[in-house]
Amino acid sequence: MATIALVGNPNSGKTTIFNALTGANQHVGNWPGVTVEKKEGKLNFNKKTFNIVDLPGTYSLGAFSEDEIVARDYILKDRPDVVINVVDATNIERNLYLTTQLLEMGAKVVIALNMFDEAKEKKITFDLDSLSKKLGVPVIPTVASKRKGLDQLIKNSVALIDQEVNFAPHLSYGENIDQEINKLKGLLSDKNLDYPSQWIAIKLLEGDQYIYDLVANHKGLNTSDEFISALQQLKTRAKDYELDIVNKRYEFISNITELSVTTPEVMVVTKSDKIDKVFTNKWLGMPIFALIMLLVFQLTFTVGEELLGGVMARVIEALGETIENYLITIKSPAWLIAFISEGIISGVGAVVEFVPLIVVLYMLMGLLEDSGYMARAAYVMDSLMRALGLQGKTFISMIVGFGCNVPGIMATRTLENKKDRLIATLINPFMSCGARLPIYLVFIAAFFPKHGGLVLFFLYLLGILVALLMGKIFSETLFKGESSYFIMELPPYRRPTVRNVLRNMWDNVSGFLKRAGTTIFAVVTILWILAVLPFGVEPYSANSILGQIGLWLAPIFKPAGFDSWQAAVGLFAGIAAKEGVIATLGMVCAGVEEGTALVTAIQSAFTPLTAVSFMIMTLLYTPCAAVIGTVRKETNSYKWALFTALYTFAIGWLGAVLVFQIGSLLGFS
Amino acid sequence: MTNTSLIQLHPGDFGTVQHICAGGCATKRLYEMGFNTGAKVKVIKNDAGPIIVSLSGQKIALGRGLAQKIIVNN
Repeated sequence: MATIALVGNPNSGKTTIFNALTGANQHVGNWPGVTVEKKEGKLNFNKKTFNIVDLPGTYSLGAFSEDEIVARDYILKDRPDVVINVVDATNIERNLYLTTQLLEMGAKVVIALNMFDEAKEKKITFDLDSLSKKLGVPVIPTVASKRKGLDQLIKNSVALIDQEVNFAPHLSYGENIDQEINKLKGLLSDKNLDYPSQWIAIKLLEGDQYIYDLVANHKGLNTSDEFISALQQLKTRAKDYELDIVNKRYEFISNITELSVTTPEVMVVTKSDKIDKVFTNKWLGMPIFALIMLLVFQLTFTVGEELLGGVMARVIEALGETIENYLITIKSPAWLIAFISEGIISGVGAVVEFVPLIVVLYMLMGLLEDSGYMARAAYVMDSLMRALGLQGKTFISMIVGFGCNVPGIMATRTLENKKDRLIATLINPFMSCGARLPIYLVFIAAFFPKHGGLVLFFLYLLGILVALLMGKIFSETLFKGESSYFIMELPPYRRPTVRNVLRNMWDNVSGFLKRAGTTIFAVVTILWILAVLPFGVEPYSANSILGQIGLWLAPIFKPAGFDSWQAAVGLFAGIAAKEGVIATLGMVCAGVEEGTALVTAIQSAFTPLTAVSFMIMTLLYTPCAAVIGTVRKETNSYKWALFTALYTFAIGWLGAVLVFQIGSLLGFS
Repeated sequence: MTNTSLIQLHPGDFGTVQHICAGGCATKRLYEMGFNTGAKVKVIKNDAGPIIVSLSGQKIALGRGLAQKIIVNN
């Protein structure tokens, strides 16, 4: 089956084209060994099926990020039959930089000149024939968001699969450099390298570290004195060559665009510019961002958690009853009935009730991202975050974390700098996730019924402050000296494509269900098993395995004031899944799962002061197993996952202890 | 026509990129984004926080430290 790869700058509409070509036949995974997402799909055309691979959006095919390496390795090693280069017509010069590199690699390219309508609005005109001839590749105008030009694009791409392409535009880098290229080419030929030698020569002159390491370690080469000395020379002159090579590429591009593209002298002031005057304004920017985030927050919790989550809860309850009744009528053994209706169903329930919140969260975030606003949000928060050794994009991931820490941590993928990304991941658990809210609400109902709003606000604020503080500390200790620079494109505001948003939401929600959902379900069920074993013991009593674990852990919490085995069990359950805490606490305290009886049970097991310290422990301590799993996956290491589990526990414990001790000294109880 | 740092320009000013004195990674990134020698940059916002410039119609935000290292011809 032939393969077509999609390559292009970020924000060029590549994903829209991918979605349009593959429809529902998509699969999202990971490129092996790296944390870059791999998107593949199938296209049916003319009774044939084609494999479509969406490569990461990059500005160039250098070696500075995993994204770039994944993209170029795929093109050079996996050799797709055709590469569709998605080019943003409103910014053609910059986009063609990537194109020149593709052509140098010898790939078979079709250019999708996307956002053609926006270019028209900006009064940019093209001589498509001339452009196509000069580049040596077909150039197809498209408006992917409106599905225009896609048929032509597919037709041309498919036709190219069987064609022999001989035209490789000869890019001269000037006499000097061309000489060096030929010299190196001579030394490299017949050495059985994975890449074409002309290309390797150019990369070496550019100072490409990845290629440099490749040849330096190549047995056939590092024994040749001539080669070694040539390599040494390169090292010292790389910076000179690099700039020349870059400039030559842009020269090549402008020679082409001069004759094939006309841009108006005076830039048309667009609606985007007018909107930005407000959204990025020195004084208004942040308040507007705060308001938008507040809105997202409100919608996520009222529609997602209360409304739809409540509906799901009732559905699960009804389902549970139906199944239970059915099992009773077919005379199943009591333990099976209990296992299914109390163990499994509550496991499923824990996940399902949470899903609406995730759906709403992802949908809203998707809308903001697709519209182009997210870039402005990162911009607006950047200066404040820099003062704390963090950056604007870190704050975005923190906001997402308020819904759930799993997508929050995944949102750190937008941070290119490894240090920034790791710090953002480590501090995300302090953003109080949606699953912890029911816990606070019960304690508030039990002890602070008239001050609910205030208590919640205080808790969430504390979470943010601890996150920022730890961020600053990490920034100055863990990775001293590695500073990140801020450079970010602000794409024009665009009306979000409904298809894109829904597709994206679906991908993310199914990803969540696979990753987090299965974990949450499993641990909640296991918790139940621990609570009813050994056989014959009273469920959720101190004699059950769960109870024994609680008794064993309880002394740790004595300085924090809540050293009952029940509280310990609650916290233990929380490490498994925060969704399980309230139900578990209820069961161990009074054999009930909810309602006023639960509130009464909490009132008898805690005091106002210990309620506060317990809530603080809940806020700050170890996040649930699903989050720990996500940390492991996103950092590709067990070490950081373990570190996260331990250090958050320490901070939580410290916080709870401080509050209790100081509170006691001050006379509270 | 003088050589100055990009950070010194005011909203509405144009500058032609002459030279970038930043570290390897940052410089490469700037090149890829279109800040090569001879590129015409227009400053849109330069009051607080990262500056916003327009480069062939594309808006790009740059950290102040980075903008300081881009030498342009005004």
